[in-house]
Amino acid sequence: MTPEWRRVLILLVLLITVLPLNGQAREERMDDPELQQRFSDLADELRCPKCQNETISESGAPISSDMRERVRKLLRDGYTDEEILDAMVARFGDFVRYRPEFEPRTWVLWLGPFIAIAVGIAVVVIITLRTRRGRTDASSVLSDEERRRAEQWLRDD
Amino acid sequence: MNRLWLFLPLVLAITLGVVLYFGLGQDPSKLDSALVGKSVPDFQLSLLESPQRKVGPEVFKGRVQLLNVWGTWCPACRVEHPQLNKLAEQGVPIVGLDYKDERPAALEWLEQRGNPYSTVIFDPEGSLGFDLGVYGAPETYLIDAKGIVRHRHVGVVDQDVWESDFKPLYEEYRDDS
Repeated sequence: MTPEWRRVLILLVLLITVLPLNGQAREERMDDPELQQRFSDLADELRCPKCQNETISESGAPISSDMRERVRKLLRDGYTDEEILDAMVARFGDFVRYRPEFEPRTWVLWLGPFIAIAVGIAVVVIITLRTRRGRTDASSVLSDEERRRAEQWLRDD
Repeated sequence: MNRLWLFLPLVLAITLGVVLYFGLGQDPSKLDSALVGKSVPDFQLSLLESPQRKVGPEVFKGRVQLLNVWGTWCPACRVEHPQLNKLAEQGVPIVGLDYKDERPAALEWLEQRGNPYSTVIFDPEGSLGFDLGVYGAPETYLIDAKGIVRHRHVGVVDQDVWESDFKPLYEEYRDDS
């Protein structure tokens, strides 16, 4: 590989790795690595209310930047992760959590897929069992007389 | 009787279809406020027109009012402004929250377009906006005489929105107090 090509390759790699940082490129990191880790976990958990399919860590919207700033402040002030999530939910609603709390109101959301799969399996099992039973019963559908006639027709062909 | 069970999948499919159809009809960018049924959060901010005067949540006590979040940087607010003027003429009290804005630009805006607000709270950092869960201006809240948020609308309030979403609630809470 010529040096020019190597340079191009390095630039491409740098370009790609920088993409996920767009939202908070110019923001401070937290001094304490442990807090910074908790910050990025929280920022990946919170949804931007404006651009609804992005987490606040990805989003470049002003509201996301405000929310990140508030998360950092609450972390510095010693709030727990749970308290910080609650504070955001209190303002923006359950919507801001990508994984909402498990409570009566969200039971359907959390359990729905498993119930649907269970019902589906049950239906398949029931249908299979019925068909199998149906097949064994098939021998008795015809009376002896009918069977004799049917065999005769088949022979005649 | 057993044959009726054959219609079960059809009934389920229709039910699901109806539910999904109405789900599609909803605009997912309009979120309900988490604050509906709760008091306006605590704040201390100065007024747009008199920077020395600080106000707090007591602004929202005593009568049913609208709270309108706006800013001169917000194009949709421009569209909404005539409707606010009209409501103010009809005697609907509106508190303005000038959100993440600059004072001179905001004052000029009100001078040019008319001032529908009984009070304008100046929130340059967006701190009250944040506590209200504002994620895009304009937003409009209906706040009852006890200072409790009763309704929230994200986006422009036009005559249709006013009549269908706000007016019935406004009259209900006004007659209550």
